[in-house]
Amino acid sequence: MSDIDIDQYTINTEPFYEEQGNEVTLYTAAYASRLPVMIKGPTGCGKSRFIEYMAWKLKKPLITVACNEDMTASDLVGRYLLDADGTRWLDGPLTVAARIGAICYLDEIVEARQDTTVVIHPLTDHRRNLPLDKKGELLEAHVDFQLVISYNPGYQSLMKDLKQSTKQRFTGMDFDYPSAQLEAGIVAKEAAIDIETATKLVKLGETARNLKGHGLDEGISTRLMVYAASLINQGITPTDACRMAMARPITDDADIRSTLDHAIDAVFA
Amino acid sequence: MKISEAELEDYREQLHCGFKDLDEVFGDCMEEADVRLTSAGIKDYLEGASLVCKIGRGFEPVLVYLEEMPQVASQLGESVLSLVSDTVWKISRSPNGKSIPPFLQSISEVARRLGSEVQLRHYIDLMLDMMERTTGSIHGFHTTIPSPGLPCLLNQMPYLLSRISLEGLKNWIDYGIRNYSTHPDRQIDYFSLQTADSRAILQRERHGTLFMENERKLDLYMKALWQSKPCLVPYSDAFDELRKPVPYYDHVGIRVPDVYDVRAGIAGINRYRALLAHIAAHQRWTTAIIADNYSPFQRIAIEAFEDSRVEYLAMQEYPGLRKLFLALHPVPAEDDCKPMEESCIRHRLAMLSYAMLNPEHTYRNPDILESVGEFHAAMRAGNATTADVARLAVSFIARTRRQADQLPNVYFKDTVVDYRDDNRHMWKFIEEGDEEEAFEDERKVQPEEKEFDGLPPRHYREWDYTTSTYRPDWVSLYESLHPGGNAANIDALLARHEALAKRLKQVLDMLKPQQFVRIRYQEEGSELDLDVAIRSLIDFKSGTTPDPRINMSHRHDGRDIAVLLLLDLSASLAGTPDGSEQTLLQLSREAVALLAWAIEHLGDAFAIAGFSSNTRHEVRYQHIKGFAESWNDDVKARLAAIEAGYSTRMGAALRHAAHYLGARRADKKLLLVLTDGEPSDIDAADDRQLIEDAHKAVQELDREGIYTYCINLDPNADDYVKDIFGKQYLVIDRVERLPEKLPRLFMALTK
Repeated sequence: MSDIDIDQYTINTEPFYEEQGNEVTLYTAAYASRLPVMIKGPTGCGKSRFIEYMAWKLKKPLITVACNEDMTASDLVGRYLLDADGTRWLDGPLTVAARIGAICYLDEIVEARQDTTVVIHPLTDHRRNLPLDKKGELLEAHVDFQLVISYNPGYQSLMKDLKQSTKQRFTGMDFDYPSAQLEAGIVAKEAAIDIETATKLVKLGETARNLKGHGLDEGISTRLMVYAASLINQGITPTDACRMAMARPITDDADIRSTLDHAIDAVFA
Repeated sequence: MKISEAELEDYREQLHCGFKDLDEVFGDCMEEADVRLTSAGIKDYLEGASLVCKIGRGFEPVLVYLEEMPQVASQLGESVLSLVSDTVWKISRSPNGKSIPPFLQSISEVARRLGSEVQLRHYIDLMLDMMERTTGSIHGFHTTIPSPGLPCLLNQMPYLLSRISLEGLKNWIDYGIRNYSTHPDRQIDYFSLQTADSRAILQRERHGTLFMENERKLDLYMKALWQSKPCLVPYSDAFDELRKPVPYYDHVGIRVPDVYDVRAGIAGINRYRALLAHIAAHQRWTTAIIADNYSPFQRIAIEAFEDSRVEYLAMQEYPGLRKLFLALHPVPAEDDCKPMEESCIRHRLAMLSYAMLNPEHTYRNPDILESVGEFHAAMRAGNATTADVARLAVSFIARTRRQADQLPNVYFKDTVVDYRDDNRHMWKFIEEGDEEEAFEDERKVQPEEKEFDGLPPRHYREWDYTTSTYRPDWVSLYESLHPGGNAANIDALLARHEALAKRLKQVLDMLKPQQFVRIRYQEEGSELDLDVAIRSLIDFKSGTTPDPRINMSHRHDGRDIAVLLLLDLSASLAGTPDGSEQTLLQLSREAVALLAWAIEHLGDAFAIAGFSSNTRHEVRYQHIKGFAESWNDDVKARLAAIEAGYSTRMGAALRHAAHYLGARRADKKLLLVLTDGEPSDIDAADDRQLIEDAHKAVQELDREGIYTYCINLDPNADDYVKDIFGKQYLVIDRVERLPEKLPRLFMALTK
């Protein structure tokens, strides 16, 4: 399959990623033995950024699939399309990744239905192949191919969970929001803002994370802090920027909003 | 400015009043009037005083009028002079002469609170209206009775207006008149703020940010900013006149005021937050120290230093707090306290505390400046503890001590920091106190009230349809276990209805829950229905159109119902209906026994209770069967013993039943009410009152997801039952068939 443009999947510039612990080492080791990896963590804590960074570091192409409820197995594997000459086979993203030896990253895997995710099973154990039954082909995975999935165990319902048989094909890594100091550094670097403001943003984020489970499903993510910092860089006052980027998006609950607004006033004097 | 003898003589002639005592005070009063009033005003003033003199209530009203009015008139305009004297005249033409002195005495305070002439006019209209409505007359006697509540009301007026607006005052007065116009003693209690409902209504009409409405916000605040989950307990400062309670915390929780008004531009909710921030800072950074080693002055200084220390640390964490604290902290003027005449200890400490809080203070006192410097140096150095600032405090006290500090005359103005707690948590006492050396009389032991056997009363509100408001805590409900009788009687009853029971059992078996029900012939479903699929395939092979509905799915069909049967046990139940040999009570007992048997058979959660009432002070709610009890001999014995008596106050019983049903975890909650007449009670003069209240209770239950259904044995129930239960009722005309109807009705309702 020479007509696949591999370049579009490769990452050429280094994404900014600040290591929190030894996750880079762990991932590198997992990749060396081509073990599938599962990454869990709250939204906006840097899961996708980490995979991007690792793809760049390992110099491998990265194919990302955002999973959703309507996704079927053929959306992953590929399907026949009708065209003027009859039918034509089109590889799905998973098949492409297995052919070219890319890292295939299935984002928010639990959003997909459980029977859909079963198609990845043969790729994730010793077989490392993908039967394309409609096409009548058994695709042997490229030696560089690796499968990574991510999900957020926090907000999904009880119904949305992975099958045990799927879970037990992966090595797992837990991600969480970084420590306050580290997070401030990340916000400062990512949004090019002074460390003092970044520290205050992180402080604010922590107040919201304390409310998790008391009306908030998730605390304020690092991503939202970066948004707020970007607004501040545009000349918006910090209190307005925080209201817009950090308080308004995450809740419709008037009491929580009032508490967050007060916290913003308390942190930015 | 002195007025001349001649002028005074002239004024005295204009005042038509012959009391001897008047001459002694006239000069002083006129001097004040001369300063405050114009010449036209003085004329009105003297005319007004003459009018007050003529009412014939002695010298006192004239004196009060002369003393109070110049000030009032200078505040609100001189037109109030004649307004007030006319009002006094009007009151004097009614039997309420006694109310004139309190009216005049409170007028200056009231005027100050109301602040405008229009408001004062409203106020006076309100008073006259109240007077008119509460002044009674008795037919046959040619006499009228003065308003019992008016003097009490006027005495309370300055206090009332400090709490509520004129609008709120009107509502509060209306409530009192509505409920107590026929009961003079109660009326006096209400208007002198002695009764619980009087206070409750006052509380409801208060302005400001109420704790109850913001509790969740404050919980979230503590959780988000301070990572603590304290128990917040509100207290009211409305009723302690001598010693205002102060916020504090102990191991039980944080005590906070129940309401905060806006102050210094800080909204009530932010005042709560300032208080909680201060307390949270104490909880985080204060370590208790031993009190015995310090003198009282040293202790209050240490408290001031410690308050400043924890606030300093809190502001390091959340700089925005400074704005709140600064706005709420009093700013004592430096030279206001005279150190030779009064004790300036509080003044000094308040200045010091303000100076530590606000770097831009303007104090020049070298001792204060030095201590503030030391304090900030210690704080900047980091990790200063409670003990460290205690040392600073002791040295401050040593440097600034004055002889006059011991004086009983303490300077208080601008020294109370109201967002701070009383710091009781920061002291450890080694010795209990001086009490062991005191040999006073032992405290008199109050004769203990007789213990009421049974649960303490629960209070329920009642809906007042004339004003569309609730009467708070109006009804007292006593719950008790129904005494038992002979269980065998019930078994005998059931045996007599064996034939009916057999028929019921057939219906019951049909109703019995099946956990899984198959739904066949589905185009989309969870499983392939093989039978249909094969048939379709054969159709297909043989060339006819196959049926595409080859799937099936499953549905849960569990019953999850909680039922509470509420029996009206009022006196009317003892009657025997036409064409029946049994009393209503006996029929009800049979019906309930059958129903209980049927529900037990079905396995639904089921409870039975009876109610009756003897005025609002005693609604009896009698427990017959609880949800957790099975249909056993104890329950049967209680049912066998039910007796009819007293009245039917339905609303409170419904609310109490809802209290139990609401706590059940069930998909459907059903409250069956078996009654034989409309709600009534001997203390309810208005027939509609209890009907409307019961209707309101049904609506409340509906909102809680409880379905209420009434079975009424009164053939004339159509007149009112619809008003209470809407469409959810059944009137049973042939009462003798109740034992059969009731279980069938239940099954029909829950099918």
